[in-house]
Amino acid sequence: MSSNLQNLYRQVIMDHYKNPRNKGLIADAGYQDVHLKNPTCGDDVTISVKASGDVIDDIRHEGVGCAICCSSASVMSEVLVDKTFAEALHITDSFYEIVKGEDIADDLDEDDMGDAIVYAGVSQFPARIKCATIAWKAFEEAVAEVRKARD
Amino acid sequence: MSLDVNEIREDFDILKEPMNGKPLVYLDSAATALKPKVVLDRMAHYNTKASANVHRGVYQISNEATQMYEGARKTVADFLGAASEREIVFTKGATSALNLVAMSYGLHNLKPGDEILTTELEHHSSFLPWQNVAKVTGAVLKFVPLTEEGRVTVENVEAAVTPRTKVVALNHVSNVMGFITPIKEICEVAHRVGAVVVVDAAQSAPHMKIDVQALGCDFLAITGHKIYGPTGIGALYGRFDLLNAMAPVEFGGEMIDVVDLAGSTFKDAPFRFEAGTPPIAGAIGLAAAMDYLTGFGWDAVRQHELALRDYAISQLSQVEGLQIFNPKTDTGILSFNLDMVHPHDMATVYDANGICVRAGHHCAQLLMRFLKQPATLRATFSIYNTQADVDALVRATIEGKETFDVF
Repeated sequence: MSSNLQNLYRQVIMDHYKNPRNKGLIADAGYQDVHLKNPTCGDDVTISVKASGDVIDDIRHEGVGCAICCSSASVMSEVLVDKTFAEALHITDSFYEIVKGEDIADDLDEDDMGDAIVYAGVSQFPARIKCATIAWKAFEEAVAEVRKARD
Repeated sequence: MSLDVNEIREDFDILKEPMNGKPLVYLDSAATALKPKVVLDRMAHYNTKASANVHRGVYQISNEATQMYEGARKTVADFLGAASEREIVFTKGATSALNLVAMSYGLHNLKPGDEILTTELEHHSSFLPWQNVAKVTGAVLKFVPLTEEGRVTVENVEAAVTPRTKVVALNHVSNVMGFITPIKEICEVAHRVGAVVVVDAAQSAPHMKIDVQALGCDFLAITGHKIYGPTGIGALYGRFDLLNAMAPVEFGGEMIDVVDLAGSTFKDAPFRFEAGTPPIAGAIGLAAAMDYLTGFGWDAVRQHELALRDYAISQLSQVEGLQIFNPKTDTGILSFNLDMVHPHDMATVYDANGICVRAGHHCAQLLMRFLKQPATLRATFSIYNTQADVDALVRATIEGKETFDVF
């Protein structure tokens, strides 16, 4: 198998794909849902965010799609929980840099990124960047909705 | 005569360029075919030696450009077996050709309660224009039930037509299943109730002789880039009496007869439908591609593609967990998935191996629902493909299976 492929489909990604964490939505008015899909490939993700004050208490996800898309939602739900909105959005921006082959932000380290760091392998396959980022985009929208609702 | 594939491959420089460090294996010709040198040369000739507008200038190179452009129309007419080049409208592609029929014939002729018959096997461009016509006019869009295998049959069309059926819109070859639709027989059924038949031939034109008069269809759309021609050019065939009674959908230069403050009149078909400067280089390239393709002889093309199809089916069938959705495909279009592996993950495995395979819903979401798949993989076999291409596909499929089975 080519090393690029091995880099993309790392054990951790396949583990999150086969055994997703925080999967399934919770019927609770405290959650803000955002549903996104990529019509060209059928990736279909709902991200559900619960926050108290400025801190994210829980992230749930539901949907169908490829291994990169589904695993990324699972990883995100673990990486961003218990972070403040500002911290979570900063990590999200850094994630977008990682999948493009760029470095993480200077004020972040690999621990902040958690399992999300392995998505650097996506940079070798630009067509898959959308798969990796769709859950994170949905998260960003959910945070914006929460903030808007409070204004 | 069989195809000399090695010689054909010499005509396509792109096949010498590696992808991801591997020899390029191009199995996505149903999305767009590669372009041979002769097409590029003929377009370059126009652009470098006779780059004038058509039907306008009185000078020599404008006349030359007009002759090449109108000569291309004659080539398309012959390619499709049309009675006259007056029945050929140049368009941007098959999509704009099908939209032209819907926007002009459909919107002006259909009334509330009229019926449009189509199928779930359609590419979005064959069915969405008619969904719009139904919405605007109050006509009813009806779907011919497919067989369990996913085919359109004459019997099912016969059962679905009524005296209110005004339009039957369907493909000649499905872009996912590769099935050939029995157009000739369906035209007979449709014409008995006075309906017109609109054929999306984007996927048949590269693979078999089309004869619109033998088929008996009223309209037929093709696109250039799937038959080894350039993008941005296609053609609509329309029976002249129908075409010449239709209103233009685009207005502007060159389509007019007399322009007056109080109102204007327009040229006869096909010029009425070609407002503005047409894609001249595209039309010339399309004609070059048609000459190139027909030069091989349809029997040889078909025999070659079907041999690759049979070989691919026999080899892929041996991969455990691989499901072929159209094992009885009539063309070199093969759709499949590997159990428990999303087609986009597989497509990346192919990509890493230098193999171009389509993964997605193929602009056929209705059919994906019919197949109960979010998306499928699709490989297409064309004139430049070889058994070695199939072997590479099978090797990468096994690699993909092993990659994802490990976890």
